[in-house]
Order: sequence, then structure tokens, then C-alpha cells
Amino acid sequence: MSRLPFYFLVGFLLIAGIALSVHRHVAFEVPWTPGEQRQVWEVEAQVNFTALGDPVMVNLALPSTQQGYRVLTENTASSGYGLAFLEDQGSRQAQWSIRDAAGPQQLYYSVQLLVAPQAVDREAEPPPLPREIAWERPFDTAASQVIERAQQRSADAVTFARELIRDFTGDRQGENARLLLTQFERTPLLVRLLNEADVRAREVSGLALDDGRRRQSLQSWLQVFSDDGSAVLFNPVTGEQGKPDNLLLWEDRGGAVLEVQGGTNSRVSFSMIQHNQPASTAVRNQLAEDTLINFSIHSLPLEEQALFQTILLIPIGALVVVFLRVLVGLKTSGTFMPVLIALALIQTTLLTGLIGFLLVVTVGLIIRSYLSHLNLLLVARVSAVIITVIAIISVFSVMSYRFGLNAGLTITFFPMIILAWTIERMSILWEEEGPKEVLIQGGGSLLTAVLAYLAMNNPWVRHITFNFLGVQLILMALILLLGNYTGYRLLELKRFKPVTED
Amino acid sequence: MWTTPGKLRSKGIIGMNRRNIRYIGRYNSRKLYPLVDDKLKTKLLCHEHGITTPALIGTVITQFEVKHVTKILQGHPGFVIKPAKGSGGKGILVIEHVDGSAYIKPSGAHLGREDIERHVSNILSGLYSLGGSPDVAVIESLINFDDTLTQYTYEGVPDIRVIVFQGYPVMAMMRLSTAASDGKANLHQGAVGVGLDIATGTALRGVQFDRPRHDHPDTGHELASLRIPGWGTLLELAASCYEMTGLGYLGTDMVLDRDHGPMLLELNARPGLAIQMANGEGLRPRLDLIEQQPEGVDAASRVAFARQHFARRAELISSADPAPA
Ligand SMILES: Nc1ncnc2c1ncn2[C@@H]1O[C@H](COP(=O)(O)OP(=O)(O)O)[C@@H](O)[C@H]1O
Ligand SMILES: [Mg+2]
Repeated sequence: MSRLPFYFLVGFLLIAGIALSVHRHVAFEVPWTPGEQRQVWEVEAQVNFTALGDPVMVNLALPSTQQGYRVLTENTASSGYGLAFLEDQGSRQAQWSIRDAAGPQQLYYSVQLLVAPQAVDREAEPPPLPREIAWERPFDTAASQVIERAQQRSADAVTFARELIRDFTGDRQGENARLLLTQFERTPLLVRLLNEADVRAREVSGLALDDGRRRQSLQSWLQVFSDDGSAVLFNPVTGEQGKPDNLLLWEDRGGAVLEVQGGTNSRVSFSMIQHNQPASTAVRNQLAEDTLINFSIHSLPLEEQALFQTILLIPIGALVVVFLRVLVGLKTSGTFMPVLIALALIQTTLLTGLIGFLLVVTVGLIIRSYLSHLNLLLVARVSAVIITVIAIISVFSVMSYRFGLNAGLTITFFPMIILAWTIERMSILWEEEGPKEVLIQGGGSLLTAVLAYLAMNNPWVRHITFNFLGVQLILMALILLLGNYTGYRLLELKRFKPVTED
Repeated sequence: MWTTPGKLRSKGIIGMNRRNIRYIGRYNSRKLYPLVDDKLKTKLLCHEHGITTPALIGTVITQFEVKHVTKILQGHPGFVIKPAKGSGGKGILVIEHVDGSAYIKPSGAHLGREDIERHVSNILSGLYSLGGSPDVAVIESLINFDDTLTQYTYEGVPDIRVIVFQGYPVMAMMRLSTAASDGKANLHQGAVGVGLDIATGTALRGVQFDRPRHDHPDTGHELASLRIPGWGTLLELAASCYEMTGLGYLGTDMVLDRDHGPMLLELNARPGLAIQMANGEGLRPRLDLIEQQPEGVDAASRVAFARQHFARRAELISSADPAPA
């Protein structure tokens, strides 16, 4: 029988597991360690307008994941309004609607943004050039002179834009520029001029993020497309090139930010705060997209997530058991009983759990030794032990509560049936092989349980197993490999020592 | 305190992992396990194949029959009650003789009728069987072991463990019961294991609790002079268990009865590794050699092959004839 398919399977599991994990790390910025802090911005947009008593429809442009920022969660508050999120060619909008409303209205939208240096912009289509641009006199000559001046001092679209803006800023502001600014708004004017010179450009809206600011408004920025189609951002006032780190592009498709039908005096203002979150929480808040590769526990409701967190740890416990049995050669009573005890220890904390476990098992063994005199059938005896265990646990809980030891109450987390079987096994072991074997196997089980607990309760392990499902494949591969190990166990090096001494 | 994997490997010692994966996993088909895990089934199988075992006195299957167990026992001077699915000597009750209403153990302890009934009831409820599943009590006649062995054992029947690999007897040891092992010859209960030369059936060295031992802890008799009578027949009996069960890696437990000669006591699909300690030698080279042998060789030739190739070096010189192909 060839082992090739086996190693093939193990190799496949390993590669798939590692690839999935790396993918999650790179594509979703899930960090490898739980302690990492991530900056999260919470930005709230407040839309104000006066409704006229007619049907009202409000469209607000929404930010998307972009260079430097990743959208985590978003919420809206708007009593009485119907709400829909629209998505059209990469630009997102919230649409509120109501049959009739009158008087001042307020709508809220808030978004959590993760500061993510690796996040990238979505593909941006350059806007089409307008077919014809009409200038009135005397602005036409002023415009063509400005364009000519800038063209002379530039080599391509981007440098042209830079020179053009420079003509409109500070002390370099020429006469022509000043004339044009009397008639046009600065940014639309620049777009017009750029288009006139066959350079694709548009006005976009950005929000400067500054911790604790309230009632901020959007600023317009100039997005210029170079000859190869990539977009460059310019500050239309200072002429600075490139996107500042603290700039969030709220609307980057050249559309309107806010459109209100059936209302007047519409206005949108922004407030923002910044806080640090453990990376794992930040990840949890990430919007779950429904692709297969992004198959993530985080898309489940919180309660199920907590359940899964424990379930995903069981393979770690199993790995510890396999490791200790196959590589070390530790004897345990019941193969995976230690994993169940370890799971209980997670709930009870180590010390209370161990004390509680030992107390229950000891008292159980004493009572069980009496039961063995009664000559009962096995099923009846184990059932009697189960009831005994429940009684012991109840008594301990009540007693510890009376003495003010609330930790004692957690003893109920121990699986009773497992405890009963442990007691039954130990007591047979005691009768058959004596107390020494009970100590060996009981000690082995407890040691395994504690090691499994330490592994499963490690924050890093919890973080990794919960956030990287690919790790399960790696664990599977490791367990398969261990199951194939034909070498010596650690304890055999001691056991077989006399043979080597001749 | 510790040795190194390299040293163990050069001695040819196989560990648990290798035994489980390379030998048990590969050569013992799981569906054959019930044949050997149930002593009653083994006994009936042996009967079909003409292999002698201690005579079956009776079985107890239901709790209802427990009250009548003494009726079954009537007229038998000595007997053994064991759980059909027990292992490692668990639940084996040896009664050497009956004195009126008292049942006397090899240690001299007296048991009453209720003690016997309780023991049988415990067996039925699965106290001694794997996983606590309900079991059957098997009652068989006591073995009167060969007189030559008396000084080597204490209060119990010594048995001979032979590892049979693909029908070849590869390694053997005798297990001598001690006060610690309570009349049963199971090593981890404290019996002494004595490695036996496959060629001649003479003692090689002894161990108790995995540590070397030169004399019997209770009788004080030295172990070196131990020699098994009728060694050839015993090996052939062991080797023929391969055809009977189909298990490639098999532990056979045999006893020497004063009147009936070698008998099969039980078979084991997962024989322990302590036999390597008793022989002071690893199983690996022998198993490797057997793996290269062709199949379909009859039991007698297999025994001959083993006796020739697995003789200890000292003896090999005296019986030096060319190895068969
Ligand atoms: N019929 C018997 N007569 C005397 N002793 C016996 C008999 N059967 C078993 N024994 C003793 O009990 C020991 C274990 O018996 P065995 O049948 O091998 O069961 P196990 O599977 O528990 O090892 C033997 O080594 C032997 O010493
Ligand atoms: Mg046995």
C-alpha cells in the first residue's frame, strides 16, 4: 500500500490551510496576534432640512473602503423614514423616503472606519470629457491664456494640472486667474479648465478626519486623471498633490453628496471621534461579505459566534491529547475525557476548577466504594453515581455560596456524566490495579487536561483558531501526521532503558 | 534514567506507535478481533481446529443463572472463572480446590458460595470487560501445570507467551506468577517474565516490572536453569494459530498441562512489548526477516525456520547448518 496519497492529502491540507490563513491576513487585515490595537474612526453624518409637507426623498452619498480606510459597520437613525442602500457603479448611497413630512428633519448616518494602511482604492473610471465648453467673453481669452501658460511649463496631464492650480494660489495668482475666480467657483473652474485642455478631471468631496471635531463640512478636492488613467488628488486651494493621510474621500465619483426632494435648507454636517480597538474586535465588526473564500464565523449572530469560539478550540485540545499520547506516551483514563475537563476548566478558571474536580471525584470515589458493596448492575450503578455527582455538586455550590465563594458556583460547568464515568472508571481501576494505577492514570488525565486548558485558553491560540478557519486544516494535517508516527514515545526511552544496558 | 532513540533502534526495539501502525494496523484485520477478544469464541474455534484448550465446564450468561452456578461447579476439584471479554488478568478467579462448602484460592484464601456468585454477577454486568459492556462468565477446568515448573512459580500457573508473526513464532517468554500478581501470570500485575530462546526453549533473562531479575521474588529460585519441555510441539501449536485466526501479528498464551501437554489459554490481537525486555532484544530484526519470507509455508517449516534463525548467537554455533532459502 503506497503512502503517497496520504502525504499528498497532508500536503494539500497544509498548503490549503496556510493559503487560507494568509489570504485572510492579507485581504482582510486580520492580524496574527490578538493584542494589536487598531485605530477606528467613528464618523457621523447629520442631515438637516426643512420638509415642505410633501413626499420626501433624501439621497446621501456614502463612503466606501479606500486607500487607508476600511469600512467596518454602518448604522442609520431616522424615525419614520424608509431606508435603502443603493449601489451603482461603485458609488454608494443611502436613500431615505417618507410619504409626508413637515418642519425641520434630522437624519443620521454613522460609519466605523478602520485605519488600514493596506486598504486600496476601488477601480476609478475616468469621467468622460464634456463635448463642448462654452466661455463667455472676456473669460474665454483669460481661460486660454491661463491654459497656455500652464501648458508651456508642463510635460503631461499631472504636471499641467499642478501648474494650472499654482496659477490660482497665493501670490502667484495672476490677473487672469483673479478675473476667472470672480465668475466661477474655484474647483468647478479648475475642472472646466482642465477639461478644456483635454485633461480628465472631476470634483470630489473629502472629509478631513480630526479627533473630536463636530459640525464639520466636506471640502472639495480635485481628482485629475493622468494619461495612463490613474487618478491623482490635488488640493484646489494650496495646489498640494496627493491624498493626505487624514483625508477620507466621502464621495469620489463626482456626484452630488446630498440630494433632497421635498425639502429646503438641506445641509449635511459631520462629527467624528477616533478610538483604539483591539484588532480582533475591529475584525469582528468588519462587514461580512458573502463570498465563499470569506467564509467567516463573524457572519453569524454574536451568540453563535461565542459558541463557535469554543467549538473551534476543541481540535487544539485534541491535538494536545494526540501529542501527549503519541509522542510522550502519557496514560489517560478515557481518551478525550481530558479535553472535556479542559473545556470545563475554561469556564471555571484553573484553580477553582481543579479543586472542584478533585473534590467531586474524591467524594464520588468514597460513595462509589460503598455502592460496590451493594452488588448492583452496571447501568444502575453508573446511574447512581451520576445522581451522587449531582448531589455533590449541588451541596458544594450551596456551601460555597453560603461562604461567599462565588467561584464555587462555576463547578456546575463540569459535565456530570463525564464526571460519573470518571469516578466509575477510577474506582474499578482502584479495585483492579490498586491506588498506584489510579494515581498514574488520574494524574495523566489531569496533566493532559491542564495542558489542553493552557493551550486552549491562550489568548493567541483563541485568536488564531477563531479568526483563521484555515488553521483547522493545518491542525487536521498535524493530527494525521502524528497518527502516522512510528517512532518511540518519550516515556519508552525510560521504559526500555534496561534493554540497552548490557 | 533515559536512553536515546538511536540506542533503542540499534537494539531493534519497536515502540507502541510502530507496533500499532506497522504491525497491528497492517496485519490484523479488525473484523477478526472478535475471534480473539472473546475467550469463549476462541475456545470454540480451537475446538473446531483441534487445538487443545482447558476443558470448558460451563458458561453463565444471565443474572438469573448466577444462583445456579454452584450446581455447574459440582464435582470439579479445581476451576477458573473468567470474563469472556476480559484482558490483562482482570476478573480471573482461580479456585485450586474445593473443601466442603469452601472454595480455596491458590493463596489459601477461603471463599464462600456468595463470593463466587458475586464475582460471576460482576462479570456479567461488565465490570471487567472493555467499556463496561455486558459479558459472559466462562468456567473452565484448572490446569495442573507441569511439575518441572513448580519451583519457578508462586501460587499460580505460569504461561508461555509466543509472538506469532505471519505464522512464524518470532519471540517467546514465560510468565511466572508471583505473590504480587495473585496467581495470574500477567506482567503488569507483577508477574516475572523470562525470555526464552526460540531454538531450545531455555531461559535467556528475566524481568519484573520492566527491570532485570535473576531469581523468582517469592520462591528465590534462580531463573537461568528454566527449560520448557516439549518446546517443538508448543511452537507448532502457537504457529498453527495463524491459520486458525488469520491474524498476522498475534500473541498466543500457552500453558503446559501435566496430563495434556501444551494447551492454548488465549489469543491476543494486541500483544504487549514487554517480551522485548524479557529477551533483552528487539523484535524489529526478526519481524523484518519474516516480512521477506514467501507466504504459504506450512506450520512445521515455519517453526523450523524460526528455530534456526532466531536462535541466540551462542546456540547458533552448535547447530550451524546453512540457512534454507
Ligand atoms: N484454566 C486455568 N487454570 C489455571 N490458571 C489459569 C487458567 N486460566 C487462566 N489462568 C491464569 O490467569 C492468567 C490470565 O489468563 P488469560 O486467560 O490469559 O486471561 P487474560 O486475557 O486476562 O490474560 C494466566 O496467565 C494464568 O496464570
Ligand atoms: Mg493472558
